[in-house]
Formats: sequence, structure tokens, C-alpha cells
Amino acid sequence: MIATIARKELKILFTSPLAWTLLALTQLVLTWVFLGRLDAFLGVQSQLIQIANPPGITEVIVTPVFSMAAVVLLMVTPLLTMRLLAEERRNNTLVLLLSAPISVADIVIGKFLSLMAFFFIMIALLAGLSTSLLIGGTLDFGLLLANVLGLSLIAACFVSLGLFVSSLTVYPAIAAIGALGLLLGLWVVDIAASDADGVARYFSLLKHYEYFNRGIIDTFSLAYFILFIVTFLILTMHRMNGERLRG
Amino acid sequence: MTVENTFVTLSAHNISRDFGAHAAVRDVNLELKRGEVLGLLGPNGAGKTTTMRMLTGTLAPSAGSLAVCGVDLLDKPVNAKAYIGYLPETPPLYQEMTVNEYLQFVARLHRISCGKIHSALDRVKQRCGLTAMGSRLIGMLSKGYQQRLGIAQAIIHDPDVIVLDEPTVGLDPNQVLEIRALIRELGAAHSVILSTHILSEVESVCDRVHIMYHGRIIFADKMVEMKQREISLEALFAKLTSDKAQAEVVR
Repeated sequence: MIATIARKELKILFTSPLAWTLLALTQLVLTWVFLGRLDAFLGVQSQLIQIANPPGITEVIVTPVFSMAAVVLLMVTPLLTMRLLAEERRNNTLVLLLSAPISVADIVIGKFLSLMAFFFIMIALLAGLSTSLLIGGTLDFGLLLANVLGLSLIAACFVSLGLFVSSLTVYPAIAAIGALGLLLGLWVVDIAASDADGVARYFSLLKHYEYFNRGIIDTFSLAYFILFIVTFLILTMHRMNGERLRG
Repeated sequence: MTVENTFVTLSAHNISRDFGAHAAVRDVNLELKRGEVLGLLGPNGAGKTTTMRMLTGTLAPSAGSLAVCGVDLLDKPVNAKAYIGYLPETPPLYQEMTVNEYLQFVARLHRISCGKIHSALDRVKQRCGLTAMGSRLIGMLSKGYQQRLGIAQAIIHDPDVIVLDEPTVGLDPNQVLEIRALIRELGAAHSVILSTHILSEVESVCDRVHIMYHGRIIFADKMVEMKQREISLEALFAKLTSDKAQAEVVR
């Protein structure tokens, strides 16, 4: 049942120009960053050789691209999550899912997985872009893998939050603005956290992502991401069930 | 009467629903047997749609109990919903899908096995007159065809209970006749409950009629008996739901 919902979501997503445009634009932006870093690396390459333990191309090129990718995802996710539940409610199609013999959990997880599948395309393209460096050098695959894992997890966090905001309203635009506002808020927490070593540090998604970005798979960060995802998915289900009770 | 025809498919016991301080539906009792078509009549805001939403499990009642084919709708919603087909007031259609894609999705949603989906699709399209529309985008269909597609999604899985909220709204007179014939055909093997404003519709397709007013069922009878006693539905409806009747209810 989860697969049925996810398949339908993907079908609708790819019939709209929005998905294709977003894929193209993010790819353009990230390739631009990638080429910029590549150019910078080639410029300093001769100096790097003189250092005892020089940073490799993975650290100089791939890491900044993935760090940028998280910010791009932060901007893009609300545009995709806004329609998941708010639009269904607006078009009166939500009742089809609610009256079908499936549980609310199936609906929510199906919708969540459909967007994750979409983001995996984006992340796979990015990983492909990084592996293209093999033509002229060697890659640190461990670091690349940590980045891919980190980006997938942070994308999942963004989607679960966006899905929850989308479940709160009838208007897709409000859902988008709400999700963007919350995600930006989490980003601001990150800026506040960078100078002080306070509690805010533990709540910042991007701060946790930074560890993955540097190739450190920290169990605390991993647990935080997973808790974040699960919490918002459960809140969404709770909200959908509440709607049946409150009307 | 055979055993099958006395099988109770839907029973609602004293269901009520409040929206805040406003009681939309109060103590409604319903029982539906297989092979029966029940018409739910009432003026606007009488609580017909709220009742139907409760019967299909999309809205939880504030009080009372509901069972579909013996399965409690509130305890085991997923199992109970498998027996129900529902056409809401606005047909739940995805504008960006084609008719075939949409019906395939609905079929999967109702757990029709992969091998049977194709034949189920053909059958339901033929029944609702959609055979030529298979590859058309739903957003491009006329209101009448969208309404038919709405009925198609409600009956694709051959449910025991079919709930239709104003099924003939927006159709031309020929289509209305076709849909009525379809409802009568469905009523032979299933239980159908439909809401409408059109009194002649009730007279032509329903076996029983309930009249709702201010959230209560104020009248319930069999059509056959009403015909025998020569009660005119129109006069009765006017009498029961006029302003004078309202004054009586308030008192």
C-alpha cells in the first residue's frame, strides 16, 4: 500500500514541470559550485604538493559542493512538500485516501518515501558528478559516502518537517512558506550555535550535517536525525487522525 | 425472501456528531440490507453529508456505533472500509492523471490483485460509459464524465455498501437516466445509500426513504408502502421540512 501511494505521488510529481525544473536548476547550481571549486583546486595544486599532508580533491571539491547542496535542498524542499497533503485537501482528493482501506501511516509514509525517491535522484546525480573526478585523480570514497549518507538524512529531515507543515493547512502556499520559515529558523539556530557552545548547537540540523560533511559519522548526530524524522512523521499521522475526529 | 437478502450490510446505531457547539447529526439510526437502495432526503444543511462521511469512516462520530458487514468501523477501520465504496459531494479526482491511470491507482488502493486489475477496469468503464475515455486527462473531461468517473471509483472493487452523495448533480437528462439505471442495477446485488435533492429520483430508484431535518431522521418508510397508502413524497417533504415544521421542532 505504501508503494501504491508513493508511485502515485511520483507519477503526479513528474507530470508537472516543477519537478523537472527543480532537478535542472539544482543540478545547474551545484555543477557551477563544483566547477568553481575544481578551478580553485587546479590553481593551488602546485602549492599543495609542498605541504606534508595535503588535502585531497575530495576534501577540496566534493565537501564544499555537498555543503552547498544541503542549503539548496533547504530552499527546494518546501516547494515539493507543500502539495503533499495541503493540495490533496484543497482538491478534495484526500477523502479518496481516507475512505480507502489503508491506514493513515501508509499514506504518510508513502508520501514521505515518494519525495525521498525524488531526492535520491538528485543525490545520485551529485555523487555521479563527484565520481567524475576519477578521470584525473583518486577519490576518498569513505568521505564521499559519509557525505551521501549525511545529505540523504538531512533531506529526510526537511521532508518530514515539510510534510508535517503541509498537514496543517489547506493552502499549499502557506505550507511552503511555513516549512521554509521553520527550516530557515533551524538554519539561524546554526548561525547562533557557531559562536557559542550552548544548547542551540544540539538542535541545529546543519551543525550535525557538518560532521557528516567532514567525514565523521557521529552516533549522536545520526540519532538526532533519525529522531527528528520519526517525530515529525508521527506528528503528521497524529494530525491526520485528529482531523477525522475533529472534522 | 432468501437468506442473502436479509444480510445486514450497514448498521448505524445512535450516531451523533457535533462541530463545536453545533450538533450537525443527532441520534441517527440506519440499517441497510443487501439488495436495498436507501434514499436520504433533506434540505440543505440537514446533515446528510455529515452522516455519509461518518458511514464511510472519513469522519468519526461523537457518539454511537457503526458496523459494516459485521465489522466495527471504529475499531477496525481498515478492514471495514474494504466493504465500502464512496462518492463524496465533489468527486475525488486527480486532474493531472488519465482515466486509466486513476482507475488503476484506485484499484490498487482497494487491494485488487494485479491479475484482476485489467478486467476490473474494463468492466467498470463499460458500466459507467467511460470506455472511450481511457487515455483522456481527467482535467479535460466534462463535468458529466467526471461525475461518472467518480461513480466508477466507488464501485471498482465491487463493494457491499455503496455510498453516493448526490450522484446525479451536474449531469444532463440522458446521463441522469443512465446513472439511475446503473444505481438500480447496483442495488440488485449491493446495498446503496444515496443522498439527493431530487424527489423523483428517490421515487424511481429507491426501495426505502429517510428524510433528515436538523440532524435527525424525522421520517422513514418503504417506497412500496408509501405508494400503497398513496402518500405523495413531495407533499410530505414540504410538510415535514417547511418553516412551520421547524417551529414545531424548536418547540
